[in-house]
Amino acid sequence: MATVWVFGDDVDTDQIVPGRYAPYMKSESELGKFPFIEARPEFAREVQPGDVIVAGRNFGCGSSREYAPRALFIAGVGAIVAPSFARIFFRNALNLGLPLVQADLRGRVVDRQPVDLDLARPGLRVNGEWLALPAQPEWLRLAWAEGGIIQYYARHGRLPVEATS
Amino acid sequence: MAERAMTLAEQILSHAAGHPVQAGDLVIVEIDRCMSHDSLTPEVIDALQGTLNTERVYDPSRVAVMIDHVAPAASVATADAQVRVRRWVREQGIPHFYDVGAGVCHQVMIEERLVAPGQIAFGTDSHATAYGAVGAFGTGVGSRDMALTLASGRNWLRVPETVRVQVNGRFRPGVSPKDLSLYLCGLLGLDGADYQAVEFHGLDWLDLDGRETICSMTTELGAKAGMVPPTGPAVADLDVPEWLGVQPGATYAREIVVDLDSLEPQVSVPYSVDNVVPVTDVGEVPVDLVFVGTCTNGRLGDLRAAAEILRGKHIAPHVRLLVIPASHRILTAATADGTLSTLLDAGATVGTPGCGPCIGRHMGVIGAGEVCLSTANRNFRGRMGSPDGRVYLASPETAAASALAGRIVPATTR
Repeated sequence: MATVWVFGDDVDTDQIVPGRYAPYMKSESELGKFPFIEARPEFAREVQPGDVIVAGRNFGCGSSREYAPRALFIAGVGAIVAPSFARIFFRNALNLGLPLVQADLRGRVVDRQPVDLDLARPGLRVNGEWLALPAQPEWLRLAWAEGGIIQYYARHGRLPVEATS
Repeated sequence: MAERAMTLAEQILSHAAGHPVQAGDLVIVEIDRCMSHDSLTPEVIDALQGTLNTERVYDPSRVAVMIDHVAPAASVATADAQVRVRRWVREQGIPHFYDVGAGVCHQVMIEERLVAPGQIAFGTDSHATAYGAVGAFGTGVGSRDMALTLASGRNWLRVPETVRVQVNGRFRPGVSPKDLSLYLCGLLGLDGADYQAVEFHGLDWLDLDGRETICSMTTELGAKAGMVPPTGPAVADLDVPEWLGVQPGATYAREIVVDLDSLEPQVSVPYSVDNVVPVTDVGEVPVDLVFVGTCTNGRLGDLRAAAEILRGKHIAPHVRLLVIPASHRILTAATADGTLSTLLDAGATVGTPGCGPCIGRHMGVIGAGEVCLSTANRNFRGRMGSPDGRVYLASPETAAASALAGRIVPATTR
C-alpha cells in the first residue's frame, strides 16, 4: 500500500536532487534513485509508486532544474500536497504530469502512514478517514488526465488553458 | 481614455497579449527571447525531438544557447552532452551560441544585448529574473517549458501581483547591492514573493551591475520576475519602448521601504538563503574558501570592489580565494585595468568564466566540514559539494575582507 511522506516548509530542489546527481552529470537511467538521496536517503530507497508527499509551504523552491520533479515522477510519487509550491517547480510538475495539490494536510497525516490517493474525487483516505482535497480548475485536470501539458500539447496542438477559455 | 495604472509586469504582459491584463489573469503570449544552458539543453532536445516531435525550433533568432554550468567539461558524460548541444545548435541554425569561457548565461544575455527593455524572456535557469536589470520580464522555466516555447514560440503565464520595494538613500562604504538582496531575503523569506514580481524604485542612480545582482536575487524570494524601471544613466543607451515606465497609482500587493543609509553588511547563514543576519552578528566563523563570482556577483564592479579591499595585502594563511569572472568580457576588462593582477597579488586564483562551483559540480566544490563564503545565491545543504560543508552568502566586499581576516568580517571595520 502507498504511504505518506511528510516534509516541512521550503523543501528546496538542491535537497530533492543535488546538482551533482543531474542526468547531465550521471546517467538518465539512474534519476529515479536520486530523489532526496542525501537529505532523506530512506525516501530514495523505499519510495513506492503511488506514495504521497505531504509538505509545508513553498515546496520545490530554488533551481529551475526539471530533473527534481522528474526524479519524483519517475519514482512514482502519486501527488504532492502542500499549502504552496515554488512557481518553477509547479510549472515543471504540470508539464510532466506530476499532480501538485494546494492544501495544508500537516497535522492531519503521520509520516509513513498508509494512504489511498484518489485524484478523481479528489482526496486521500488515511487511517479510515477521508481527507478531501480542493477541486482543481478544468484546464489543470485536462493536463493531468493526458500526462502533463507537454503531452497534451503534442496531442492537441494547443495548451489546456486554450481548451477551457 | 482613462486606463487603469499598471505595474511593469502588467504593462509588459498586456503589450504581449495585445489587450490590457491584470494580476491574476492567465495569458498566452509570444516569448521574445529564449535562453537555454548546457545543464538543461539536453533535456530540452529530448522533449522537442521525443514528446513534441518537433524538427525545427519556431524561430532560431530568438534563441540563445550557452555552455556555462559545467565549463569546461568536467567528465566524459558532460563532454558528450556538450557535443550533442553544439551539434543541435548548428543543425537548428541558432545564431546566438556562447561556448566554454564566454561566461554565465545571464551576464552574456545582458552584455551581448540579447534581451531588451519590455521583452519577455524565458531562461532554463531560475536566475533569469536578472533580465529585469534592463527592464525585461525575465523568468526561469524547466526543460519541458522551454521545449514547448521553442516549438510554438509562445507559452502561458499567470500575470503576477507585484511587490513594490522603495529604496531610499545610498549604500555606505563596504555595503553593496547584494546586502540589499540578502536583507530582503531575511525580511520576506524564501516564498516572500512566490508567484509575484518585485519592482525596485528609487534606484535610478544604480549601475547595471547592481541592477543585475538585485534582479537575479529576487528568485530567492520565489519571484517570477524582478525589475528595476529602465530609467537612469545605466540604461541611457538602451531602447526603452514608449509604453514602458512607472505608472503612479498602479496596484501593488505589498510595499516595502528600505533605507540604504542604515543598511549594514548582511550574511546568509547555512542552510537557507533567508537565514540572514548582519555580518557583525555572525560570530566567529573561520573560512576555508572564499568564492567571488557567479551571475549574482562576478561582474567587473564586484571584482574591482574586492580588489580595492585586497590591494597591497595578502589573504590569510589556509584560506583559498577563488575568483571567477562572470564573463570573458569581464575577464578581459579586469586584466586590462589591473584588477586581476591586484587580486592575484593578494593570493587569489582565477577560474574560467562560467558558473564555477556554485552548483557543486566542479572547479572548487567543498568537502565535509569545510566553510565557504560565497558571493553566489544559494546555500542549501549540498549546494556547493559535500552535504556536510557549509556555505555563507555575502557581498564581494565582505568576501574580500573575510579572505584577509580568515573569518567572516564586514569590510567596514577593516
